[in-house]
Amino acid sequence: MGDQDPDDKHPIQKLMDNPWLLLVLGILIPTLSYTVWGWIEVWMTPAAKLP
Amino acid sequence: MASAVEGLPISGNHAANEVRSCDTTSLPVCLAAQQFIRMHAVVAVVFLLIGGIAAILLALTRWPAVHLLDAQWYYRLLTLHGLNMLIFWILNFEIAVLYFAGTVLLNTRLASKKTAWAAFLLMVIGAIMVDVTIFRGKSDVLMTSYVPLQAAPPFYLGIILLAVGTLIGVINFFATVYIAKRDRTYEGSVPLVVFGAIAAAIIAVVTLLHGAVVMIPTFLWSAGILSTAPDPAWYRITWWGLGHMSQQVNVCAMVSVWYLLGTLTVGSKPLNQAVCRGAFVLYILFINLASAHHILVDPAVGPAWKIWNTSYAMYLAVLASMIHGFTVPASIEVAMRKKGFNRGLFGWLAGAPWSNPGFSGFFLSLVIFGFGGGITGVVLGTQQINIMAHNTLRIPGHFHVTVVGGTTLAFMALTYYVVPLIFQRDFYAKTLCRIQPFIFGGGITLFALGMSFAGSYGVPRRHWDVEFTGGQFATGFDPGAHVMLGVMGIGGTIAFVGLLLYCLLVVAAVFFGRKIAGEPMEAWNEEPRSAIEGGVSGEEVDDHRTPGTLVLVTVFLSAFAVYYFANWMWLADVWEVR
Amino acid sequence: MSIYNPPAGWFKAPAGAERLWVGLALGWCIIMSLAMPYWHFYGKQNPTGEAYRVSVADFGTRVREFVDASTVGEDSGVPVVEIPPGGDGYLMARMWAFYPVIKMKKGQTYRLHISSADLQHGFSLQPLNMNFQVLPGYDHVLTITPTSTGIFPIICNEFCGIGHHTMTGRIIVE
Repeated sequence: MGDQDPDDKHPIQKLMDNPWLLLVLGILIPTLSYTVWGWIEVWMTPAAKLP
Repeated sequence: MASAVEGLPISGNHAANEVRSCDTTSLPVCLAAQQFIRMHAVVAVVFLLIGGIAAILLALTRWPAVHLLDAQWYYRLLTLHGLNMLIFWILNFEIAVLYFAGTVLLNTRLASKKTAWAAFLLMVIGAIMVDVTIFRGKSDVLMTSYVPLQAAPPFYLGIILLAVGTLIGVINFFATVYIAKRDRTYEGSVPLVVFGAIAAAIIAVVTLLHGAVVMIPTFLWSAGILSTAPDPAWYRITWWGLGHMSQQVNVCAMVSVWYLLGTLTVGSKPLNQAVCRGAFVLYILFINLASAHHILVDPAVGPAWKIWNTSYAMYLAVLASMIHGFTVPASIEVAMRKKGFNRGLFGWLAGAPWSNPGFSGFFLSLVIFGFGGGITGVVLGTQQINIMAHNTLRIPGHFHVTVVGGTTLAFMALTYYVVPLIFQRDFYAKTLCRIQPFIFGGGITLFALGMSFAGSYGVPRRHWDVEFTGGQFATGFDPGAHVMLGVMGIGGTIAFVGLLLYCLLVVAAVFFGRKIAGEPMEAWNEEPRSAIEGGVSGEEVDDHRTPGTLVLVTVFLSAFAVYYFANWMWLADVWEVR
Repeated sequence: MSIYNPPAGWFKAPAGAERLWVGLALGWCIIMSLAMPYWHFYGKQNPTGEAYRVSVADFGTRVREFVDASTVGEDSGVPVVEIPPGGDGYLMARMWAFYPVIKMKKGQTYRLHISSADLQHGFSLQPLNMNFQVLPGYDHVLTITPTSTGIFPIICNEFCGIGHHTMTGRIIVE
């Protein structure tokens, strides 16, 4: 029994067997959702209206 | 070494004199990896001891009846404790776990010894730099070092060096995974424990990148090269990318270690690899979002960002934890039932090898993390409930259950196999080894209970004097809070005894223990109960009967629901605020 | 086992108790996912994070004007300042006190502006146990309605130097 024929593999199994794709997604998703979005929120904080 | 199904050996890519076959498991141990596992494990335990001595002094200070340290040393040792435990002890142990999983379980040599040296030296030098700066009184800023608080430049530089070193170690792990695949040293998909290690490594990369981004400008400001401090709101978001994401590395590593110990102690098999791996994938994609739960009552970030991120993307990463919370005990139940421990709902659990510290530490870690850590974590991280919890002792009450009762206890349990199998030394005082996980686990649970209840009264974290002596206005807390702080002090003392015991047992074994190279390790259990200890069983498990585990997780879910709704109820009683 | 390569064809759907549990857990996750947005729209306690950039000096000016306009008394040497109903009040956190003492009426809604003159601080209102982060350079606005009367201590719960544990303030509600 060798490696499964790539055609036989379920697409999710292909994702699981690909650490490099997981690495890219694992960096991109939290960085965009948490970090970059968070930075944008902070940068867009309006100035206080002067008294 | 190929899949258990095949039983046919596949050649690895080691040079002839750079690998040995394990006398107990027959797994191929790359000698370079072994060397670095040993080095990182020893360093890890040294930092654990430093952090642990700080811990007992801190616990005896927050116990108001004792109030041991003065204010300056309290805040100083608190800085030391956080960094040595959450970063230095744990990252070093995790690099060791990565080197093990990436080589021994993939039948490959370590990708690069030079890289491993670079990683090791940077990690050690960085940590020493930080600790020396703390002891010199130049960085009483606590682990979070929130700007505009400022530490001396070596504090930040040390953290940067350590982060770079850890990243290099992680890259070495990825390179190892790569060459294993390239050199075809294994067939099919990687083992589950390796998959979990890959998940931990991926999260570590995100963590360390955030660390670099936050620490470099802060270091430049501290060194006088940049004249303005980083914006405090920006700093908080970015720092918690380092601070909390590193804890998610710990979660992944801990869960991988659970699967590893299940196999080593009772020969358990994951019931469904797709489910377990799917849960790790959910971790990779979503668990890091929850760094937002430190920012829930902050200004300048809006509710949409807070709610979406603190929910781990609609709790998908929490689903992952709940999945592991089932699959891990379920695999133990199936394995034990197969051995004949079939009586009633919990005969499998009662008959489990509780005298094996590798098992007891692992299972205690699972229960403490799941019931204690998981439930409190999700609840405290609920955007609105956080109003009642932020910066109170409920927060460290939560994370001592997860990172200490969970990850650290699991790592201690694993050590009872690392020492005989990787250091090839026998433990002394095995009776003490057998009770150590109970002492530590019990102590830390009591400690965390005391802390959490005190926090519910409003007692703040990171605070030297709950009587506010010298304050502008007199105030204090209910006597009940003081009782809880006493419970915390007692629990902390017991936990310290458990920690000290672990360190002494490990040091005695590693440096003075009887060498056992050439013979299999002595089983921790009396009768054979496991793959290691009673022969390998390779057939696929199709028995999905796990009534005991179903009861356990039902109790868990009920407790979760009760605690969750109770907190919403309590929230409804505080003032209205928007 | 978890340490060996899985046999080919390992990718399969969950079955039996495992499937049941994944379903239950997912259901619970969906329930929890609905709770926060629900409370955001219908609940009365929400940390929305409303904030504005402000210099320390400008915020200090506002605090001074607030104190000058609305002082109604004194407590331990600190001005007691009553926020006009529906109006804006200003609270400054600094090493190591909250200034001034704030007075409010039960059932009225106010906009309480909180900022710091120096480091990060924690606004922790006791014994209610309501906690918010205070940052220098940011005016954190809480639209707040006291629902109980009494004297409520404020303590600082974000480390701010060696005097951190002496840092207190007070809110009075009639």
